[in-house]
Amino acid sequence: MTQESLTRRSRRGVGAGLRDFPTFRAVSYIVFAFLYLPLVFVVAYSFNSNRVVSVWRGFTFSWYSEVLGNDAIQRALFNSLRIGFVATIVSVVLATGLAIGLLTMARAGRTFAWTLIGAPLIIPEIVFAIGTLSLFVQSRIPLGVNAITLAHIAFCIPFALLPIRARLRGVDPAVYEAAADLGANEWTIFRRITMPLLAPGIVAGALLAFIISLDDFIVSYFLAGPGGTTLPVYIFGMIRNAITPGVNALSTLMLIASILIVSLSYLLARKRR
Amino acid sequence: MATPGRATAIPAPESEEASSTSPARRQRQAGQGSWWSGIPGFVYLIALVLFPLIIILIYSFLSRAKLGVGVKWEFTLTPYTELLYSESLSGGRSFDPTYLQIIANSFWYAIITSIVCLVLAIPIAMWLATRPPERRTLLVFAVTIPFWTSLLIRTYSFIIILNDNGPINGALQAVGIIDEPIPMLYTPFATVVGLVYTFLPFMILPIYASAERFDFRLAEAAYDLGAGKWTVLRRVVLPSVRPGVIAGLVLVFIPALGSYLAPELLGGGKSSMIANVIAAQFGASRNWPFGAALSVLLLVITLLVLVVFALVAKRASRATGRGGWESLL
Repeated sequence: MTQESLTRRSRRGVGAGLRDFPTFRAVSYIVFAFLYLPLVFVVAYSFNSNRVVSVWRGFTFSWYSEVLGNDAIQRALFNSLRIGFVATIVSVVLATGLAIGLLTMARAGRTFAWTLIGAPLIIPEIVFAIGTLSLFVQSRIPLGVNAITLAHIAFCIPFALLPIRARLRGVDPAVYEAAADLGANEWTIFRRITMPLLAPGIVAGALLAFIISLDDFIVSYFLAGPGGTTLPVYIFGMIRNAITPGVNALSTLMLIASILIVSLSYLLARKRR
Repeated sequence: MATPGRATAIPAPESEEASSTSPARRQRQAGQGSWWSGIPGFVYLIALVLFPLIIILIYSFLSRAKLGVGVKWEFTLTPYTELLYSESLSGGRSFDPTYLQIIANSFWYAIITSIVCLVLAIPIAMWLATRPPERRTLLVFAVTIPFWTSLLIRTYSFIIILNDNGPINGALQAVGIIDEPIPMLYTPFATVVGLVYTFLPFMILPIYASAERFDFRLAEAAYDLGAGKWTVLRRVVLPSVRPGVIAGLVLVFIPALGSYLAPELLGGGKSSMIANVIAAQFGASRNWPFGAALSVLLLVITLLVLVVFALVAKRASRATGRGGWESLL
């Protein structure tokens, strides 16, 4: 390195130049394009008036009205929402309990608990799907909406837990002590102190659990039985039978829902940090 | 889990200890609640995560049911021997490499996926880490968004993109590079593209988490000592993001190995992976014990891979901190 280049660098300060590596910016732009272009294509072709999805003919909104007016799709949507709401509520309650319990659990218990909580994320989803299928068949629990809900709760717990736990760990224990000193009992402290402090984390966790349940395909597919078709299971059937821009219209609506919900969750989790 | 690959976890039980919690403070305090509030969740996870695994293990040693749905309670090792041998109607056994081939395929696809993800992720992770803080948060969020959208839809999008009439073939033909569409959909190539697309954020985020903590004064010191850009990258930057790279490899390789949707929708049957065979046993092939045995095999492989990576990580790094699935949030 010459003296000249050194002075040039120091004149620019500890600047961006030193931190940038050649081609990294270009690769980054390409990766972002790679991440988003497929979704853009899904949305764009949902307005295609041609029945053959990837041959563009003209612009139309008709796929949306066709999809939204379809009885089977409405039933699937209703199933998805019902499963999503119940799975969210139950998993958030269980996750809140776990988050609080983990704080005071003995070390061995905590390790075991974390293994169990993390397990739905490590186990290949197909294994979880056929495992719960076997469990339900073995214990004569009928397949369908309720079976799917039971399984969804299990893998929604870790997603609900993360923001709640992050929130809980940020709480200064002194606030509990202060409340106790002022004569509040355990229940009052939980209701008046813990819950309000955890609320943003709980809502963020609930939103994540809801998307995870709403978007799940594999587990729902194996547990659906005759009456438990959810929206992703229905979309899979459409993809298998005949791909029309209707698939894209339905997919676009689901994409919008997912992105809105995750953005909301993200904003809540960042709040007052 | 939620989708194969919906974040694989590296649970962080240790971090709790690390957080300045002295043993004394861990004592139960007024109003902090107590461990029993975790019991319902605990019991639930035992019933719906642990029990299914135990049942699969039991099923894998049982006989096939007459009609194919469920099992016959009769002990046998057939599901495991079926992995290597096929039995003819006359009862003779012959070596059959079909399933070994599929297992090898799965490894091969998962390895290629991990490598491609790594090559793409390092530049973008470094680039993200060097953006101004406000913009960085937004960009990292932009990387995570696709992860939160439906895996089915993300995989489906490549049916549109890669098919013979799709935008890629259309563009190439319009420019005149090719006359006939290149068949891309329903090939192993399509499967790997789908897998890379699905798991790329899992590689980017942990590497970014490591890169973000990188002290760029070290790079400056290296420049001062006369190193060029690539030397700095290779000798200073990359070694310090190694914990992120290892975490990323785990988070990509494990779910990629167990993937179902990408080979199912994009591979067109020619590039089946283990998960597709498992699904078939519980569907059309109606051989639950064999499907269970394959699941046990997949689980064992998954655990072995985790252990290997854990050992590598332990050797290679000083404390990694976050960088697991928590970096997704």
